Amino acid sequence: MLEGITSEAFVMGCSAIGAGLAAIAGIGPGIGQGYAAGKGAEAVGRQPEAQGDIIRTMIMGQAIAETTGIYGLVIAMILLFVNPFV
Amino acid sequence: MEKMGIQFVLGGQEIYIHDTLVNSVVIVLALSIFFMIVSRKIKAADPTKPPKGVVHAMEIFVTTINGFVSSTMGKSGKGFEPYIGTLAIYLAIANLLGLTGFSPPTSDYNVTLSLAIMTFFLTQFFGLKKQGFGYLKGMAEPYVLLLPINLIGEIANPISLSFRLFGNIVSGVVIMTLLYNALGWIAPVLTPVLHAYFDVFAGLIQTFIFTILTMIFISGAMGEE
Repeated sequence: MLEGITSEAFVMGCSAIGAGLAAIAGIGPGIGQGYAAGKGAEAVGRQPEAQGDIIRTMIMGQAIAETTGIYGLVIAMILLFVNPFV
Repeated sequence: MEKMGIQFVLGGQEIYIHDTLVNSVVIVLALSIFFMIVSRKIKAADPTKPPKGVVHAMEIFVTTINGFVSSTMGKSGKGFEPYIGTLAIYLAIANLLGLTGFSPPTSDYNVTLSLAIMTFFLTQFFGLKKQGFGYLKGMAEPYVLLLPINLIGEIANPISLSFRLFGNIVSGVVIMTLLYNALGWIAPVLTPVLHAYFDVFAGLIQTFIFTILTMIFISGAMGEE
């Protein structure tokens, strides 16, 4: 079945599948950031005078929650562009 | 992606300098020259009259940075304003360089990692300077067995800090490259909105995050007054 496919091409194809799977990590930060933004909107509705502080805290928390998704992205990019297995 | 940058042969070996590093040096030189001219203008300005032009803009910028640092770091932030301001200017210009078509320096992991390592050493240095032995002792609290976990947590800070900036900028660069290749002649019509998001919005947010996290790490290591 695998005749005509070099082993290097096979590794590259599997790496591309792995990169796609690694990018699924983006789901988690998406949910987390949306939740934080919703809570932030709630807090601004309750206390409009503290809007500046709320937005700053919210953006900082979201940026930290984003880190796990960025790790997934970095692994996907390593698999695609600087493949360690080839 | 096509190869841009400087390529030359030295002693029989081919040396390739990435365009991100060239752009980084160009930004530093341009900012140095710009601020030398501005400082000459500020020295020549008349303090009794209201400031105008570029002097006024610089006054607003310095006041903003001072307020930002003192509201985040409190009393311990005195003396950090020049470093934080320099970091903010460099990162903002570097992230916005994607708008001009050059590759932004922060899409190179060398640049972000060196900035994060600077933050790491500043954190450790000021922690030791301010708290002395208590800082090292704080690593083994509340329990001696937690020492390795605290050490790993300390080393993880620069890694996550650099990956956050690098990942955000490089994801924008990759998506824009894919779109420019896929859309062809219609690309100039559709991409400005995405440039506004990936370069301006994400770039400025990441500048803000990097500077504020640097301040939080340093003031956290220095402890409460």
